[in-house]
Amino acid sequence: MCYCLSGHPTLPCNVLKFKSTTIMLDCGLDTTSVLQFLPLPLVHSPRLSKLPGWVSKDGTINLEKELKECAGRVFVDSQPEFCLPEKELLDLSTIDVILISNYHCMMALPYITEHTGFTGTVYATEPTLQIGRLLMEELVNFMERVPKAQSATCWKYKEIQRLLPGPLKDAVEVSTWKRCYSMQDVNSALSKVQLVGYSQKVELFGAVQVTPLSSGYSLGSSNWIIQSHYEKVSYVSGSSLLTTHPQPMDQSSLKNSDVLILTGLTQMPTANPDGMLGDFCSNLAMTIRAGGNVLVPCYSSGVIYDLLECLYQFIENANLGSTPFYFISPVANSSLEFSQIFAEWLCHNKQSKVYLPEPPFPHAELIQTNKLKHYPSIHGDFSSEFRQPCVVFTGHPSLRFGDVVHFMELWGKSSLNTIIFTEPDFSYLDALAPYQPLAMKCVYCPIDTRLNFHQVSKLLKEVQPLHVVCPEQYTQPPPAQSHRSDLMLELQPPPMPYRRCSVLGLPFRRRWERIQLLPELAKSLVPSEIKPGISVATVSAVLQSKDNKHTLQPVPKPPPLPPSKKRKRVVEEPPEVLAPKPLLSGAVPLEAFLAMLHKHGITEVKVEETADGHILHLQAEDTLIQLEEDGTHIVCDDNEPLRTALRDLVLRFLMKL
Amino acid sequence: MPEIKVTPLGAGQDVGRSCILVSIGGKNIMLDCGMHMGFNDDRRFPDFSYITQQGRLTEFLDCVIISHFHLDHCGALPYMSEMVGYDGPIYMTHPTKAICPILLEDFRKITVDKKGETNFFTSQMIKDCMKKVVPLNLHQTVQVDDELEIKAYYAGHVLGAAMVQIKVGSESVVYTGDYNMTPDRHLGAAWIDKCRPDILISESTYATTIRDSKRCRERDFLKKVHETVERGGKVLIPVFALGRAQELCILLETFWERMNMKAPIYFSTGLTEKANHYYKLFITWTNQKIRKTFVQRNMFEFKHIKAFDRSYADNPGPMVVFATPGMLHAGQSLQIFKKWAGNEKNMIIMPGYCVQGTIGHKILNGQKKLEMENRQTLEVKLQVEYMSFSAHADAKGIMQLIRMAEPRNMLLVHGEAKKMEFLKDKIEQEFTINCFMPANGETTTVITNPSVPVDISLNLLKREMALGGPLPDPKKPRTMHGTLIMKDNSLRLVSPEQALKELGLNEHQLRFTCRVQYRKTEFTIFIVLFDLLLKKCYTIQHLPDGTVMVESIVIKVSSSAEEPNTKVLLLSWSYQDEDLGSFLSTLLKKGLPSGLSSM
Repeated sequence: MCYCLSGHPTLPCNVLKFKSTTIMLDCGLDTTSVLQFLPLPLVHSPRLSKLPGWVSKDGTINLEKELKECAGRVFVDSQPEFCLPEKELLDLSTIDVILISNYHCMMALPYITEHTGFTGTVYATEPTLQIGRLLMEELVNFMERVPKAQSATCWKYKEIQRLLPGPLKDAVEVSTWKRCYSMQDVNSALSKVQLVGYSQKVELFGAVQVTPLSSGYSLGSSNWIIQSHYEKVSYVSGSSLLTTHPQPMDQSSLKNSDVLILTGLTQMPTANPDGMLGDFCSNLAMTIRAGGNVLVPCYSSGVIYDLLECLYQFIENANLGSTPFYFISPVANSSLEFSQIFAEWLCHNKQSKVYLPEPPFPHAELIQTNKLKHYPSIHGDFSSEFRQPCVVFTGHPSLRFGDVVHFMELWGKSSLNTIIFTEPDFSYLDALAPYQPLAMKCVYCPIDTRLNFHQVSKLLKEVQPLHVVCPEQYTQPPPAQSHRSDLMLELQPPPMPYRRCSVLGLPFRRRWERIQLLPELAKSLVPSEIKPGISVATVSAVLQSKDNKHTLQPVPKPPPLPPSKKRKRVVEEPPEVLAPKPLLSGAVPLEAFLAMLHKHGITEVKVEETADGHILHLQAEDTLIQLEEDGTHIVCDDNEPLRTALRDLVLRFLMKL
Repeated sequence: MPEIKVTPLGAGQDVGRSCILVSIGGKNIMLDCGMHMGFNDDRRFPDFSYITQQGRLTEFLDCVIISHFHLDHCGALPYMSEMVGYDGPIYMTHPTKAICPILLEDFRKITVDKKGETNFFTSQMIKDCMKKVVPLNLHQTVQVDDELEIKAYYAGHVLGAAMVQIKVGSESVVYTGDYNMTPDRHLGAAWIDKCRPDILISESTYATTIRDSKRCRERDFLKKVHETVERGGKVLIPVFALGRAQELCILLETFWERMNMKAPIYFSTGLTEKANHYYKLFITWTNQKIRKTFVQRNMFEFKHIKAFDRSYADNPGPMVVFATPGMLHAGQSLQIFKKWAGNEKNMIIMPGYCVQGTIGHKILNGQKKLEMENRQTLEVKLQVEYMSFSAHADAKGIMQLIRMAEPRNMLLVHGEAKKMEFLKDKIEQEFTINCFMPANGETTTVITNPSVPVDISLNLLKREMALGGPLPDPKKPRTMHGTLIMKDNSLRLVSPEQALKELGLNEHQLRFTCRVQYRKTEFTIFIVLFDLLLKKCYTIQHLPDGTVMVESIVIKVSSSAEEPNTKVLLLSWSYQDEDLGSFLSTLLKKGLPSGLSSM
């Protein structure tokens, strides 16, 4: 069974019930909800503080405290909230393990593991844990730096929400929207993480084995194999076949899957990352040359490493050597430092640098030569050292909180400046909405290195899963490009689509389980060939099941009878309930059987033919034997030795199973 | 009979030139390929002619695994791969892959350039050898081929040191390399899961030592350095460039800072800075504390420790010098030692183990006059101190690892025979497992008894588990009955019914019927009999037509036509119930013994 708790195809949260284990695959946090909120300015903003409150046209609904009109749209004036994975579909405390595929897909972790009764383990690679921690820390820091007492709740009432202007009216699942977690929750959630390495086989309760595989998308990013001896589920999350900094994707280990759960494809199926990178550089150079500043709203880890590397090569040629580059984030320093210590998780080129020993990323040199400077925030050293024109990398890409809000207020009014969007998670028009009208130039160069439809269909052809499960968005072309049938998955058999709150039955039938025969038992077996190349042996053994592992041991010999006067009575007791005797197969041939009887001194046999066989009358013994194709019946009244002798003679002709 | 063979080519009842051959499930693996510091002749390298008299080793070995970068574990690698000839995969962790070629080059320079030896591996050979290296990540399961898999565990000891598990089918061996069970100032403690290997091959350098707490040793060390510096003496600490050196540097750096000391600390050779750089880049391999704080303060950036120049050795006044190599067998540490040996104010602190034959070993044994080359003698007047900082597990640590891994057999290498003997007894007593300590060239064979994996039909298993209940009763084991079908290398266990169906066979029913005559008065025996059977948990059913079923045995009672006082019992059972059927018919014919009716 597969429970789908998130409808966002790149921020998935699915729960797999497989062989009595409950496994959560990723817990992505949908942050697009923050676009409905007003930006949180770091410095008092007269413009944002004087916005008119919203009152419905007929005056019946007055939400002027909660909703503000800004640039022709209505925004919620409150601490931004996130759209959580579905918590009602199943009891989160029953989850045994959570498998994380990359640091972008774990941002909802504290909501899942804290205050829900969760007692399981979270598995992630070391870079995923460390960088995930940085991103969570940054998020908390962004929110806590600008505390907002007010929490808007009235607008969420269904009856009220449907009367609000769009896009607020159309916001989905608003009842699940929650404020950001605290650092305490983050620490507690991350303390439940157990580190794993690529290709490490992790046993869960002896029943299931899970293995992370390199997915090529980000530092430490992984796909997961969930398998037993007979069934294999592959979970493919954000993966990339482009050569950027991470270790290349391991594709071959995904082969022979019964089910492949496919999530995290590119959000920009028509944008070529290399082309975007070129656009990024040329727009940046153009702005700087014209004396303007460049603002790059970005996450603190990931594509920024590639942007910096690209700039490292670019700035000398473009004569930008003297332009200062600033990276502003509470975790800027940590992110840059951490990127240098994960050599094992990097692509081959970067890996071999540490053998020299040199830092794998060239931003170390940019920092050393003072071309790149990093600051925890715009306050403090930055305000005194900052020179213009410059390039600023800072978060958050939604433009709703973080230092980027300040630069929007500062630079938005000049057409010399440029904002370049590189992160694909947010619609740039929606992100800019509360800042309109804007004089600043806007360039949209989304860089999404995840698999596109062409790459994924090639991959699926290669690894040939029996069934594919994917978000429903992948089974039809994007709404804006409904004619592009190449921007969807077309598979045979068709993929099983899911949406938020779907519960899918996964199409495999479990028929086998692994069991170990103890060597003593294996040795005692007597195989007999019944057909060429096929042998059978009858196994009578004692089953031991422990920790979901099964073994068969020889049947213990009964203990010797106590030498007491009770002995006689013991003999009279009925046998213990035992497993039945083997099944018999074959037939007893009449002539051979008669010969056999003769040999054993039974000579007076009267044979009578019947519809289904023969009846043998052993006259001297007054015993009947009914011989038929699929049965033998011995009727013998008062002669136990004879009966057992006949039994054994019959058995000689039959096969035991 | 499946068996695992282990043959040390080096490090068998000895420390140095570690090289252990393991044959498991038809695969041959070489564990470590080290050199011996105590020899300058052929004995320096393991005797590879044991594997083959002539020709290359490639076809005899499935893989080579190097546990860490110390030369006694990797020093013979280029010789083995390039001069004897081996083209298969060589596995080692990333830090080992990074650092090992540097130490090999160092070693080559000392041997060829300084001592003028020929017939030794070249720089190019080191490079070619390193091209054959496949890096290993911790806990990653590496599939060497379809059957052989290896997995690395953290070993402490030095940066990048690993223990390895080698597995073929259900048979496995763990080789510890050198390891450390207590975290130190820069590395964590070795760890392994309960993997229950057939053999655990462990080092046993400190087989008989149970070392006092690390803190005491550190305090002692600092006190001795401090005293010597205070009285104007010079302190020489011979170390290997990587490993203990960094730990001691961290120790002295923090002490100098705290005590506001002024005497200079030097570190010899240009390797230092580079070495520290490796530690910075491989910070994930250090201990938790360093890893946690590295963004704020990198422990491997030293303020008080400066690079050493040869001329400083003659400077007046106190100083502390870390110099390579660690066993005083050549190089800068030996040169400085010669200069300072004559002054009793000075001190030499040996922080690690020294192999026999080295000067380090001699002075540690209290030798006061050393014969040097050119028939000169050197008088040793400076104070000689030994501080066991080298990160090996002590006896307690080895026992702890055995408890962690729960091996079926134990095999000791990398230690002195006498000490091993002691530890072997201890292990055999405490864990009641066999413990072996083969000498070089001697093969230990362990018979393994692997169980046979079989595919059981889930129906059969579930039925059986439902019948057996959750907890098996040890007094009344339930016997399960199935048919094992062997076909095309597959082993499948199914119920006999399913086997018949699958193999397209008909079932042959074998039945028995008996008639017994009874007088009416004796009829009460049934009540007693059924009671008895019920006690044994047999199911007894009374059908409406008067028939009684005991399990599947049919008992029918009818009156006899001739004798009204007699009843005829018809007993009918199938072969499957033969035991019970035969019992009942015998019993009924005989009549109940008097003893039974009173039960």
